Amino acid sequence: MNSAAFIIIAIVTLAAALGAATLRKLMHAALFFAVAFVGIAAFFFLLGAEFVGLALVFIYIGAVAVLIVFTILLTRRDVDEDRGFNWGGAIIAVAVFGALAWSVLKTQSLAITAPHMAALTVKRIGEALMTTYVWPLQCVGLLLTAALIGALILVTEEKQ
Amino acid sequence: MSRSIDQFFVSAKQWLLSWLAGSPSWIIQVVSSLINIFALLAVFLSLFALMSVLERKILARIQNRYGPNRVGPFGLFQPIADGIKMLIKEDIVPVRADKIVHFLAPVLIAAAAILALGIIPYGRNMTPFTIDGGILFLFAVGSTTELAVFMAGWGSNNKFSMLGAMRAIAQMISYELPLIITVLPVVMVVSSLTPDRIVAAQAGYTFGLVPRWFVFTPWGAAAFVLFFVSGLVESNRTPFDVPEGESEIVAGHMTEYSGFKYAIFFMAEYIGMFAISGLSITLFLGGWHAPARMLEFLPSYVWFFAKLSVLLFVYIWIRGTLPRTRIDQIMNFAWKFMLPMAFTCIIAAAVWHYAGRGLRGWLWSLVVIATVYTGLSMLLDTRRKFAPRVYRFAE
Repeated sequence: MNSAAFIIIAIVTLAAALGAATLRKLMHAALFFAVAFVGIAAFFFLLGAEFVGLALVFIYIGAVAVLIVFTILLTRRDVDEDRGFNWGGAIIAVAVFGALAWSVLKTQSLAITAPHMAALTVKRIGEALMTTYVWPLQCVGLLLTAALIGALILVTEEKQ
Repeated sequence: MSRSIDQFFVSAKQWLLSWLAGSPSWIIQVVSSLINIFALLAVFLSLFALMSVLERKILARIQNRYGPNRVGPFGLFQPIADGIKMLIKEDIVPVRADKIVHFLAPVLIAAAAILALGIIPYGRNMTPFTIDGGILFLFAVGSTTELAVFMAGWGSNNKFSMLGAMRAIAQMISYELPLIITVLPVVMVVSSLTPDRIVAAQAGYTFGLVPRWFVFTPWGAAAFVLFFVSGLVESNRTPFDVPEGESEIVAGHMTEYSGFKYAIFFMAEYIGMFAISGLSITLFLGGWHAPARMLEFLPSYVWFFAKLSVLLFVYIWIRGTLPRTRIDQIMNFAWKFMLPMAFTCIIAAAVWHYAGRGLRGWLWSLVVIATVYTGLSMLLDTRRKFAPRVYRFAE
């Protein structure tokens, strides 16, 4: 049951990622990107990490994907133009894949079956965030507040 | 007796599942989920049909006319006639439209709306799907609506559609913030994201009289009002229906949709409204709990749906009473008033908690809310008198 689900999700995610990389229309690529995010969130659900999966859907579909489609819409006029094969992108992709594959193969712990962990509940994540990781949390909060204020300043009309 | 009526639907489901005794557990799981889904769809699609006719009736009453009264007794069969009309209408897809995206947008928007219904506790032991982070699930699913609206606007290849979608997304993103932040005080006080726990935390009565619903605390009342207004915006209802303001941009992102696809958009809007109302009942109005001890003999689901119908009536009432706001007014309201007030609710809830959750906490959190509210209204009062409108962008 689980492996069947894994294979289905993997196929959907990979197909969506492939579509996002190869489709001619930029908007279609962006939408396929969103589908790939759903696939990754499904992986987290399959692994029992509900909170991470939900946060992924919430942030990446609700915010990042919308941001991407808006940027495409507001910045480009040549959305449908064929730009030929992108060699730079291909090289970067191969390099990233190589680095990832190398690190996956190098990691020893993957071969060992993981010890059985209790389900990661929201409560435990919250406790960890509020005790062990309280400083990183505060720093992220400060950064986001600064970003919010910065965005507000950027869009404020200048008074003559 | 009342106990068995209360658990009638739960035992009915168990009776249905007992037919499968002996089959592998995953079959039972799948069938059990299917029963839940079927019940949800049956209840809420018929509620949608009922709501569509009741809305027209009540609006007609407010506007001093009869409303639909030809089909069936009191016009009650009107939704059937509407459904048949929508089904046999021609489905027009624009030539320049992106066919696939245009088709997928209503599918996605309806799926998101219906999924959101799955986590709300409708009665004692009557939560269709219990998820650890249930509240977060609802918002995660709801946030995909923005992408669906964008797909509808962009896929139609029409300026009105695109502008309408932009407006819809702009106001949905702005109001998602107060919507989620007003949930936080409840989550903090209950210390759980599970809807069942939140409902359970609101059981019992203070002095044996006032139910312990969060709406009866100052922070809860403020958060409920903010949540309700944000819910109005999220479901694109009057007075915040600028995305489909027909006098300005035809029908917004739904301009190029006809026939059944349009009906699906319509349905998704209503289902989304049910989900938001159901969530506000779960969070602030005590879920399926009865408002008084002597009324507890009525089954829990009756109370849930009674509260739901009151909220839906308020939705219709507001639609019949208030005019449409301008888009800049909506945005200003979101960022300058809703967001600071939502943050105040968090502080007030913390004050309430640390002052002992009793009368003292009640008064202190009232002080916090009242201070910030008065300060904000003094700050935002521009002393501007009504003057002829100046058009900056459309000369």
